[in-house]
Amino acid sequence: MGNTVNNVIKRYSGDETRLMDILMDIQSELGHLSDWTIEQIAKSLDIPKVSVEQTVSFYHFFTKEPRGKYTIYLNTSVLAVFCGRDEVARAFEETAGCRFGSVTKDGLIGLFDTACIGMSDQEPAAIINEEVFTCLTPAKAKAIIAGMRAGKTVEELKGKKYGDGQNSNPLVCSMVNNNIMKRGEVVFADYETGSGIRKAVSMSSSEIIQLVKSSYVRGRGGAGFPTGMKWEVAKKAPGDVKYIFCNADEGEPGTFKDRVILTEFPRLVFEGMAIAGYAVGAKYGILYLRNEYRYLRKYLENILDQMRDENLLGNFIGGKQGFNFNIKIQFGAGAYVCGEESALIESAEGKRGEPRDRPPFPVEKGYLQKPTVVNNVETLCSVVRILVNGSDWYNSLGTKESKGTKVISVSGDCSKPGIYEIEWGFTVNDILKMVGAADTQAVQVGGPSGSCIGPNEFPRELSYEDLATGGSLIIIGRRRDLLKDVVLNFTEFFKDESCGSCVPCRALSGMSKVVLERIIEGKGTETDVAAFTKWQSIMKKNRCGLGQTALNPIVSTIRNFPELYKNRIKAGDDRLCPAFDLDKAVLDYETATVEAR
Amino acid sequence: MPTFVKFTIDGVVCMSEEGRQLVEAAVENGVFIPTLCNYPGIPPKGSCRICTVLINGRPATACTTKVAEGMEIQNNVPELEEFRKAVVEILFAEGNHLCPSCEKSGFCELQALAYRYRMTVPEFPFMFPKRDVEAWHPKILKDHNRCILCKRCIRGIFNSEGKPIFDFGKRGDKIVINIDPDTSKDISDELVQKAMDMCPVGAILKKEKGFDVPIGKRKYDLAPIGSEIEN
Repeated sequence: MGNTVNNVIKRYSGDETRLMDILMDIQSELGHLSDWTIEQIAKSLDIPKVSVEQTVSFYHFFTKEPRGKYTIYLNTSVLAVFCGRDEVARAFEETAGCRFGSVTKDGLIGLFDTACIGMSDQEPAAIINEEVFTCLTPAKAKAIIAGMRAGKTVEELKGKKYGDGQNSNPLVCSMVNNNIMKRGEVVFADYETGSGIRKAVSMSSSEIIQLVKSSYVRGRGGAGFPTGMKWEVAKKAPGDVKYIFCNADEGEPGTFKDRVILTEFPRLVFEGMAIAGYAVGAKYGILYLRNEYRYLRKYLENILDQMRDENLLGNFIGGKQGFNFNIKIQFGAGAYVCGEESALIESAEGKRGEPRDRPPFPVEKGYLQKPTVVNNVETLCSVVRILVNGSDWYNSLGTKESKGTKVISVSGDCSKPGIYEIEWGFTVNDILKMVGAADTQAVQVGGPSGSCIGPNEFPRELSYEDLATGGSLIIIGRRRDLLKDVVLNFTEFFKDESCGSCVPCRALSGMSKVVLERIIEGKGTETDVAAFTKWQSIMKKNRCGLGQTALNPIVSTIRNFPELYKNRIKAGDDRLCPAFDLDKAVLDYETATVEAR
Repeated sequence: MPTFVKFTIDGVVCMSEEGRQLVEAAVENGVFIPTLCNYPGIPPKGSCRICTVLINGRPATACTTKVAEGMEIQNNVPELEEFRKAVVEILFAEGNHLCPSCEKSGFCELQALAYRYRMTVPEFPFMFPKRDVEAWHPKILKDHNRCILCKRCIRGIFNSEGKPIFDFGKRGDKIVINIDPDTSKDISDELVQKAMDMCPVGAILKKEKGFDVPIGKRKYDLAPIGSEIEN
């Protein structure tokens, strides 16, 4: 065991900023990170044990206890629940003989919950020892457990029926499906490898930035910051070393577009990163990929090798003197907040994913305190197309203020869930028709951190000027209990995923769950409902986007579906506390007196 | 020569050295901006959010802001004062704070701010979390019930080799501050005292010490928090 620790640490030259990789490699060999292992790591890196512990305990895929020879992480997202997750969970528990959050007595099987794994159009889904299992049913769950008891490998359990497109690539061999339902002109169009780089080398870095600026392309992760402007600031920022990050930590429940882009067009993404590097003067690129997509690792690393062989990465790219750029993949370890760019950088530096205070912005002081550009997967794809086809072409797509296309992940109650690349300007109604949704109660636009809208807002169009979205629509049919099945699930999600740094986010996300449960049980008051609006203004003063939007599921449903709350509130005197349960409050006394007798 | 800049706080013209932390620059100009996670001389973190001010209309934490020429800062406005009171109330409801039995009572910044904002009954639901009192360390008593997770001890307490003694564990509402058994092994009495003094509440205590100042003579019995700056 000591050898494992030493070998792994040697692999990363004892560099504590590589702690994420070190922990991941050691855990994959030893199965878990025991106190003893943590102590060895701390000694070897010459840092305190608590400093190792702070990273280990932050990410939910790291574990200090053994989680079984087979570890099943079953998704808990709204979409999984819509598709029968609870029945599947029961089947796993009954057949395995242990509850979720524990391991069978013989140490063979561990059952654990996990937040959205980016498979919302093929739920219920689980990750078992890094392999993704989609469209689970109670019968399949039973068969999987039986297979484990019979000693089958995960490979064997998975079977030979692979998904569409590159999911069947020998280096992927996954049952995951892309489900690309509509290809647009920007991301999912025909692509000739190297075309972006060939164009880039004929231009100066300033010309590229100018072109990107004139295309008005904006960040596709949700914030919508103009990409050209970001690059310009990073180019001008003083610094000998600069970095390009591709943010592929898509953790927003209901979002899975980056997974499909990376499966089908990884070269487009990597080319975009190289072009960004050329434009801002960066030689290093890091793809921060969420751990849930680890099954793509060999495939993506092979693509990177090929691109180096083809002179699309490495030194003198495209034959251009001074155009040197290399990309490595940094895996996350399970933390939604790492999708926030400064938390992502902290994580890549081996620390807990705690967002940084701004200023300074990452473009000035980012990864290892150097100027760093963080771009979304889809943004980088768009840039390559803009270079090849020009900004006039790009400007001809979309609306006045929202240029180009948007890749949308559609899931929930509709007949054709999957990936849709549409021009900005489509209305929600247009999309509902396209995806075969009928009898829709509500649409969650942009995931839990976005907003939940009702039919009166379905005529609104998707664009930065109207309904902005980072890329997902969750369709909620009329048969769903919106508060219990959706809003409570999202609220719980934010509570679990808060980094815990800012007081309002850490405390109110948990408190709002308590109050929401009270309302759902019919024990809430008007005061409880009114409090959320006040709490929202408190939450707006949190440091990062997670904290600022964590109450959106509640507040946007109070705004758009007030009757849902009104119907559940206990009528009567608001000064009394309907949640107060007299019997429960005197239970201790009752028990004590009964015992005394 | 340092450059001096002009800015306004609630319309009053102030002056300070360019780049100075806003909290300190305000003090120089006789203005108190309440803080909890901030501590003079250690890097700010902006985690309690109580020092939030409006700079040119936008919220920002004063502890992580450096003053610049022409900044228009709003500090003593109802929106912010209500927010600050809410932060104090949230902290009281989030942990288990029993002032009458706490060794730091009368020295506690959270308690002093609760008096300043005239907190009566918090509007937030009490969570009554089950938390530990950690007493294994020979010199330090860590009462997690009272910890407000401000990170002062993480950012400000280092052993003689410059290594940290405290660090966060876990995340979200399960977050906790851990003590490193090795780096804290030979901790001096002075450093434990420093950690206890730096802790804004009674979460870090020096063992065999407490209640050594009589009621009526404790820090905030003598003068309420902020009064030394405002008067």
